[in-house]
Amino acid sequence: MNNICLKSIDKDNPSSLATYETMGGYKVWRKILNGELSPEKILEELKIAGLRGRGGAGFPTGLKWSFMPRNQEGQKYVVCNSDEGEPGTCHDRDILRFNPHSVIEGMAIAGYVMNATVGYNYIRGEFMEPYYRCEEALKEAYDAGLLGTNIKGSKVCFDLYSHLGAGAYICGEETALLESLEGKKGQPRFKPPFPANVGLYGKPTTINNTESFASVPEILSRGGQWFADLGVPNSGGTKCFSVTGNVKNPSNFEIPMGTPFSDLLKLAGGLRKGRTLKGVIPGGSSTPVIPAAKAMKMTMDYDSIEKAGSMLGAGSVIVMDDTTCMVKALTRLAHFYYDESCGQCTPCREGTGWMYRVLKRIMDGQGKSEDLELLLSVQDKMLGNTICALADGAAMPVESFIRHFREEFEYYIKHGKSMVENDG
Amino acid sequence: MISDQAKKEIDIWVAKYPEGRQSSAVMQALTIVQKENGGSLTNELKQAVADYLEMPTISVEEVATFYENYNHKPVGKHVIRFCHNISCMLNGSDELISYLEEKLDVKTGEISKDRLVSVKRVECLGACVGAPMCQIGDQYYENLTKKRIDEILDGLK
Ligand SMILES: Cc1cc2nc3c(=O)[nH]c(=O)nc-3n(C[C@H](O)[C@H](O)[C@H](O)COP(=O)(O)O)c2cc1C
Ligand code: SF4
Ligand code: FES
Repeated sequence: MNNICLKSIDKDNPSSLATYETMGGYKVWRKILNGELSPEKILEELKIAGLRGRGGAGFPTGLKWSFMPRNQEGQKYVVCNSDEGEPGTCHDRDILRFNPHSVIEGMAIAGYVMNATVGYNYIRGEFMEPYYRCEEALKEAYDAGLLGTNIKGSKVCFDLYSHLGAGAYICGEETALLESLEGKKGQPRFKPPFPANVGLYGKPTTINNTESFASVPEILSRGGQWFADLGVPNSGGTKCFSVTGNVKNPSNFEIPMGTPFSDLLKLAGGLRKGRTLKGVIPGGSSTPVIPAAKAMKMTMDYDSIEKAGSMLGAGSVIVMDDTTCMVKALTRLAHFYYDESCGQCTPCREGTGWMYRVLKRIMDGQGKSEDLELLLSVQDKMLGNTICALADGAAMPVESFIRHFREEFEYYIKHGKSMVENDG
Repeated sequence: MISDQAKKEIDIWVAKYPEGRQSSAVMQALTIVQKENGGSLTNELKQAVADYLEMPTISVEEVATFYENYNHKPVGKHVIRFCHNISCMLNGSDELISYLEEKLDVKTGEISKDRLVSVKRVECLGACVGAPMCQIGDQYYENLTKKRIDEILDGLK
């Protein structure tokens, strides 16, 4: 456990350059600077590794990098998405706090592969501790001559800067993030064109998640096959999971893909005394909820979670026991999406508002018998009809909560109160 | 309007972006002047940021209203931003927010009578394994209990 992105977590001075180098850090970067590792070889290893983007969509990282027009003249950019805002998700924060050099090295390698000489790490505005750790790490890397222009006489150039957000979940969407980085409102762009062609300041840009970048140095140092073999087919390697909610010891765990959910639950101390499992949101608040029986049979990888009816998403496992009122849980999520919709697309702007108001009305004891059908029809109109995936992430949980826990919603509508004892 | 110290800080951010792209620094510029102004923005400050970064006033206004972390009305000396999203909710955040409101005799969104604190409900702050949690200034406080909240409040001056 905790072998790659979180491997410094129990060390003294986990975020320091010295600690990173004793764990083999910057070995790959030095190899590159010595001219011993070509971009083609790196792309090949990433492909063998089966590394899929850890930000939620799971797009193969090596393939994404190969889309960049590396030989095109002019500035190109590498951007790291450290906006971590999906409810239930908090492992990027630990990577940034405890292993910032892995992100720096991963981004530098990406810059080399794609011929992009400038990188930005977009860190959410509230993450001040992670930001300071990253700033310290950047200073160490510059002082050690590992970043900058003509690094160690290699002709390789890479400058890296941290950027801070100011509170907007939507800026985690990659094109909203670029808008924000340009100093604008964080409203997602229409695609195409894709960032690889028209990205930051109109230049070719590749955006990856914090954990994606942090995984790269270790993969290249130990080999793509080594990484792939840690996981299961179609889900290479290990992945950081945040396990939160009704468990004894909520924590982040970096474990092999394919680990049974029941084992992960044990790692988190299991349920509290006398409680039983009700449901699990496996990939962050935007992914459908899975009822207990199915969850106990799934393994933590893309395919198994999909088979169970949800998505691995950002790897944020929200555990709910029998004390949880599912109506209240869904209402809280609906409020979040209503608050965070950027308002550009009518189905999303209106739909998130509708869903929240209807759920709120149910919670206020004013629910009507037709409300569940109304919720289902609103969410259905939101799916696939918008510029970005926020609307899908707002809609899918609604459908799944109602499907799996319908009797709780019906009870609330009929009696004006929760079916769950502890939630008056 | 913008102090020399704040200008110095803003310049550090401007230097991170390419020539002519100083508007990339607008979010940090607003954060910096807001902090200096005791936690909220005014029209004059937004105008000053627009002038300093050579941006249209309307663009600065749009940014200032789009992002959650800017305040447009005065706030307490300390703003307690309490997460009420799912992982925190499952661990009792609502109860703690009520406790905080009662203890301080303020509602979320309001300032205490001595103007020392205001309380805000916020969405996930990305520290869900430490739920329930809140942010005060740059600092996160995790695994909160009533007792821990008492201690934190005692420490606020
Ligand atoms: C509403 C929304 C929020 C998102 N938030 C994040 C985020 O906080 N962090 C992240 O890495 N990706 C987030 N994403 C996914 C990004 O758009 C993008 O797919 C990802 O950063 C690509 O990196 P990867 O290929 O390494 O996963 C979000 C997407 C959407 C639609
Ligand atoms: S789907 Fe929602 S958040 Fe995404 S661009 Fe449209 S309105 Fe904005
Ligand atoms: S839900 Fe409270 S910090 Fe994430």
